[in-house]
Amino acid sequence: MPAREKFAFERKITSVHIGFAMFALFLGTLYGPLQALEHAGVNLYFLAPWTQTYYQGLTLHGVLNALIFTTFFICGFLTYVTVNSLDRHTRFPILDIVGVVLMIIGLVMAAIPILLNMATVLYTFYPPLMAHPTFYIGATLFVVGSWVVGYSLFFTLYAWYQEHPNQRAPLPAFMAVITMAMWQIATLGLAIEELALLIPWSLGLISGIDPQLARTLFWYTGHPLVYFWLLPAYLSWYVMVPKLAGGKLFSDPMARLSFVLFLVLSTPVGFHHQITDPGISVGWKLFHGALTLGVAFPSLLTAYNLWASLHIAGRMNGGKGALTWILSLPWGKPELTAQLLAAIIFIFGGIGGVINASYNVNLVVHNTAWVSGHFHLTVGSAVALTFVGIVYWLLPHLTGRALFSRHIALAQAWTWFFGMIIFSRGMHLMGLLGAPRRTELGASIKSAAMTNPDWNVLLLMVGLGGTILFISYILIYVNVIGTIFFGRKLAPNEIPTIPFADAVTHAEQGPMLLSQWKPWLAGAAFLIVVSYGPVLIEMVRTIELTSPGFKPW
Amino acid sequence: MTTPTTHDHWIDPYEKAWMVISVVVLIGIMIAVTVAGFAFGIQAPSPYQRVDPNTVTQSGPFSKPGLTDLGGGQYEVYMIGTASGWIWEPKEIRVPVGSRVTFYLTSKDVQHGFMLWNTNLNMMVLPGQVSKGSVTFEKPGEYPYVCHEYCGIGHQTMSGKVIVE
Repeated sequence: MPAREKFAFERKITSVHIGFAMFALFLGTLYGPLQALEHAGVNLYFLAPWTQTYYQGLTLHGVLNALIFTTFFICGFLTYVTVNSLDRHTRFPILDIVGVVLMIIGLVMAAIPILLNMATVLYTFYPPLMAHPTFYIGATLFVVGSWVVGYSLFFTLYAWYQEHPNQRAPLPAFMAVITMAMWQIATLGLAIEELALLIPWSLGLISGIDPQLARTLFWYTGHPLVYFWLLPAYLSWYVMVPKLAGGKLFSDPMARLSFVLFLVLSTPVGFHHQITDPGISVGWKLFHGALTLGVAFPSLLTAYNLWASLHIAGRMNGGKGALTWILSLPWGKPELTAQLLAAIIFIFGGIGGVINASYNVNLVVHNTAWVSGHFHLTVGSAVALTFVGIVYWLLPHLTGRALFSRHIALAQAWTWFFGMIIFSRGMHLMGLLGAPRRTELGASIKSAAMTNPDWNVLLLMVGLGGTILFISYILIYVNVIGTIFFGRKLAPNEIPTIPFADAVTHAEQGPMLLSQWKPWLAGAAFLIVVSYGPVLIEMVRTIELTSPGFKPW
Repeated sequence: MTTPTTHDHWIDPYEKAWMVISVVVLIGIMIAVTVAGFAFGIQAPSPYQRVDPNTVTQSGPFSKPGLTDLGGGQYEVYMIGTASGWIWEPKEIRVPVGSRVTFYLTSKDVQHGFMLWNTNLNMMVLPGQVSKGSVTFEKPGEYPYVCHEYCGIGHQTMSGKVIVE
């Protein structure tokens, strides 16, 4: 039986996830251009009349794009990748249903207070800013839902191991389950922050909160969160992009090495977001900074493997020369081009990440517009544009309808690429010139509270980039809505299949260690205990629940 | 780039070189920032003191925020960030050229962030914690300081300046 029919159940589950993801992106991304143009001095908030303030819109932008869109997309995508890669149904389908239902309930509970301007706390929700309790409870249920999706994949892979003793799991499923295992480990900090601090505090069960401890627990989850976004994009770059490009994955063992290193190194790095915090000593900040440079290593491995895989594809397509083979890649395929452009942008995003994590260099950029410029290259492009590229084959696969317009899809990818380069360049340089992030900057400039004449040309770049991105955003939804409602019905043999690539160097040519779990999980636990244990024990020992809640919005 | 055949544990020689270069570059960066931190003194804040945000403005140095001349070109500033009115207290500081100023900052309500333009001073300002950092002002001019952590709908107006004469 063809895989698409065999996995009809999982296809429905995945469709629900992707549907919610694209709806979140639809509302969340709307605010991006409004914010960019606000900075440039053009206020268009009348286009979103249900939004009371800039910061309420910013909260929606961050929560819906960075948390809701990504998590729904990842849960749906990884579930479908896992069952297809293992050629096996999920072990306990009830977990798939419970997971997605919990996520939907969590989303609704968290979204209502935000839309009512009762949770204008941005997506970091730092206390003592105090949102309505349903915001925290909803966010917690949402994360628990994503855990349940992960449990489903853990049981499924475990069942596959039972059925295939002494075999290495296929690479796509291995990567998918590593991502979910990492997420499970990484979200413990957030879960403790919510359950022990934020929820009881917002319900009035405890009268005060310790902001430094809450921040520390948040960033325990906050940095691995970026790898939770990134690893599914890497998965696509490793095992699908080579196929879409007409080639093969260069090295399966090196891809596994990269992912097991992410499992070990993603979490014990959170203090590099807290280098300017008063309550953590410099030694620990330096230590986390060093580990963060360590986690750059598997990304550098990924860069090599992707480049080499594309090189193989370029040659197989008849490309010659040291670099001109790049032109032989099938740039006319939007599902590929979007992902290649995302990967190109990530070169700059990755370099920026190393700068941010470099201890005292962070003093120049911390909480400036540089940081927003940075993560629009990473999660806003490397991840989001890759996911949109995946949608360009996945949506026809799920719906059985042809993509509404491949030309529009190509135009979308290129406008995102150029719009983001212009926008992000402006934001990075604004940050170096002192512009704070998450600030209604147009209003600052008008009131002369924060202003710098050197910003002027950069503000134009921010506004221009935001406008180009707005066009790109519209093009995404022309295709999504067009495909669902007006896409040509595909014959069964026309429906795109999952583009899994073969590898040149197979898993069996690498050491078995790279396909095992226990050593890497033990390594992750060890590094977390070493890098967080003493600090968290001291913070809990000296906890001061003194800060009451504030709602200054 | 050659194609592997049947070798066990096969790694492409170019890839091996790439891995070595990657590790060397990352270690080089780590050494550079460590040297900058400990040899040149470019350091992030470290724990200094904890306070009760509910009473911090009632007694002690934060009850009279402002500049104190310690003599010999040394100054200290006790400064409070607040989301009631979105201001830094004090809003303006005047010191002579060449002064070394030590900042002590705290918040009496939500989280704020303190960035002093054209210097390396950048600190989170948390209720319950005192952030400490020092700057030597070598050149005359205005050094604005802005709040860089979202602290409510007036966050974008929260700024002040050091005037160096």
